[in-house]
Amino acid sequence: MNRFLAILSICFLAGYVQAQVTFTRLLNSAKEPQNWLTYSGDYGGRRFSPLDQINTGNVHSLVVKWVYQTAAAGKFETTPLAVDGVLYGTAPDNRAFALDAHTGRPIWLYQRQLPSDIRPCCGRVNRGLAILGHKVFMGTLDAHVIALDAKTGNVTWDVSTVDYTQGYSFTLAPLAVKNLIIVGASGGEYGIRGFIDAYDADSGQREWRFYTVPGRGEPGNDTWEGDSWQIGGAPAWITGVYDPVSNQLFWPTGNPSPSNRGAGRAGDNLYSNSLLALNADTGKLNWYFQFTKHDEHDWDATQVPIMIDSGDQRLIAQANRNGFFYVLDRTTGKLLSATPYGKVTWSDSKDAEGRPVANKESSPTLEGRVVCPGALGKTNWMSPTFSSQTGLFYVSAREQCDIFSTAPQPYEAGHAYYGSAYFPADETEPYWGAVRAIDPSNGQMKWEFRHVSPSWSGVLSTAGGLVFTGDAEGNLTALDAASGKALWHFQTGGAVYASPMAFAVDGREFVAIAAGSSLYVFGLPK
Amino acid sequence: MSKRMLPFALALALMSTAAHARQAGSQSPGGPNAAKAGEFEFRINCAFCHGLGARGGGRGPELTRARKRHASSDAELFRVISNGIPGTAMPANGTNGQGVGMTEEEIWQLVAYIRSVEVRAPVVPAGNAAHGKELFFGDGNCSACHMVQGKGGRLGPDLTGVAGTRTVEAITDSVRNPSGRLAQGLMEATKEFAQEYETATVVTSDGTEIKGTTLNEDDFSVQIIDQSDRLHLFEKDKLRSFTKSRHSLMPPYKASLLSDADLQDLIAYLISVAQ
Repeated sequence: MNRFLAILSICFLAGYVQAQVTFTRLLNSAKEPQNWLTYSGDYGGRRFSPLDQINTGNVHSLVVKWVYQTAAAGKFETTPLAVDGVLYGTAPDNRAFALDAHTGRPIWLYQRQLPSDIRPCCGRVNRGLAILGHKVFMGTLDAHVIALDAKTGNVTWDVSTVDYTQGYSFTLAPLAVKNLIIVGASGGEYGIRGFIDAYDADSGQREWRFYTVPGRGEPGNDTWEGDSWQIGGAPAWITGVYDPVSNQLFWPTGNPSPSNRGAGRAGDNLYSNSLLALNADTGKLNWYFQFTKHDEHDWDATQVPIMIDSGDQRLIAQANRNGFFYVLDRTTGKLLSATPYGKVTWSDSKDAEGRPVANKESSPTLEGRVVCPGALGKTNWMSPTFSSQTGLFYVSAREQCDIFSTAPQPYEAGHAYYGSAYFPADETEPYWGAVRAIDPSNGQMKWEFRHVSPSWSGVLSTAGGLVFTGDAEGNLTALDAASGKALWHFQTGGAVYASPMAFAVDGREFVAIAAGSSLYVFGLPK
Repeated sequence: MSKRMLPFALALALMSTAAHARQAGSQSPGGPNAAKAGEFEFRINCAFCHGLGARGGGRGPELTRARKRHASSDAELFRVISNGIPGTAMPANGTNGQGVGMTEEEIWQLVAYIRSVEVRAPVVPAGNAAHGKELFFGDGNCSACHMVQGKGGRLGPDLTGVAGTRTVEAITDSVRNPSGRLAQGLMEATKEFAQEYETATVVTSDGTEIKGTTLNEDDFSVQIIDQSDRLHLFEKDKLRSFTKSRHSLMPPYKASLLSDADLQDLIAYLISVAQ
């Protein structure tokens, strides 16, 4: 063997050669279970790891392998990507990092210089990166999309998408599809006009934009009173999913603006709180399904939908913030079932299509009215998971009702625009939370694991028969996916506002969770 | 965002006596229009804890009195709203995880609003504070569970500052009907300060029953202060049972137990120590 070949083989053995992440690899992510290549782990949104080395039989011995401290204040919402021995993640204030997945030692760090007048609604947060080719991609709080060299963290391109001073920002992890980087705007609390954008991964040039509120003359514009569509909200702030068979994106949208006051925007307010089926190449709308019409409770539909194939049924399921678990035919958008997965008081009836219909007495009033779920929803942006092993859908549910009170307010560009206030209704009934296992075939709950308070952690399922989740008190907990029994937990010391993921390096499986301001990685003892 | 806070003791008391010296330029709360705009900011950002009209809620103190514990001048009020109050559940602007951080202009509007709802007259204690103190540490038996200025028990909330942050009506109600309001839940970012006063009952593996209040709890562990003021640290899976009830361990101090006059004296004492 000549010297060159010797060096090359050493590099391969040590895993130093970073192959580029092609669209083909993203399509076939199941073939490389050691990696975690997209926000939800696969294009279907399943957040399921096929790894089974850590399993129900040995999870009790799980130990911390390393901790990476970001030193960043604020909620740490990232799901890192795992690519060939490197973890890529983000932290508050648009930090990004690449870490040696063996040791947690940083390879590079990036932090964006943000203007002082950004308008994030709910913390200076970011949920993660997309990777394609040799680049990683981030949406920023000043409404830019940027590409970083995956080897160095250097900025490759940086495009401004919209005027952030009007209340726009990005907090989601982008999704890479073909050669496009897909993002959706945040800003539903500012009276923005929401959109979903696609950018060319090489140049940063915008290839298409879909406005989630139709313009004048477009279908659906008549679901808005007067000019209210111009400030109609409908942000798209959570990462959608992609179906390669139909070349469609399924992307959920958020609340109409103002979020808790319907006066002034009479009508259904399309396409707020909807699931949109968009052609991935063009952004053209194929179908939509609106979960909550004319929303007055801030029930964004921004929960990751999950594609489920059952026999010849091609389904998409979502545990919605409004408290119902929906199953749709993803070819047609037709509703197949809607079942409550916790306490719901806003709807007692369904329309001819089976869609829950709001009770008249659920609208906010000046003096206030108790409605369940509360403004933060039965669940929120934290990811659910679907295990192909158990056939169950797992979601972090919040049992919390609120008093909704209107607070009329004029629109002013760039200013918070809610139109209401909400208060806890917990003096008689305390809040709590639970991970719930739902059978998608009938919407029934198989089991629940209770939290002492509502959690902001998402859920991961693995082929090891496990479900991992975090909680507001700082635990990462492993549950038996079949029974919900707690098998292991670790107190991280910081509240969890993120969803777990799993990866492997050198044949050893690890589970990662962002908690407090640190990223924890757990594995079996050597 | 749920988080809890001591129903009484936690102090966010923004407030001041004072002729409010206005500062120059934009560094001032502004007039009636600003107060009107600030009312909306208040509902969105503050009423969650401080109640509609700043009259207090289950979590945060009422803010309508002119004397405020943590801020007297407008500039101090601005600072407290901007930066929060370390050691309390009062978060810095924009960090409570719900809602949107306010601009400086909006904070000034909020200051104007808070000034506009202040009741200028100071609270004049109607009772005899010296007798109230005797009751607190003596026959009233309050100090068995409550602290004032470092003396007393820790089963119930520390009452040193309560009269600075709660109305006389709210204190009266809490003495007469302690189970009426057991607030819990505040911003999760400040959860480490959370405490609620539900009654917790554990039965240990050897059958011993312990009643008290929880100091801190997660899915797997619980800390309990028992009725003798002892702290117990438990892992839940080692217990035979663990239950909580929305009934306060504090007995209702009805008029037969504590006369109206004695209650006035107690409140006078609490007002005297809060100032």
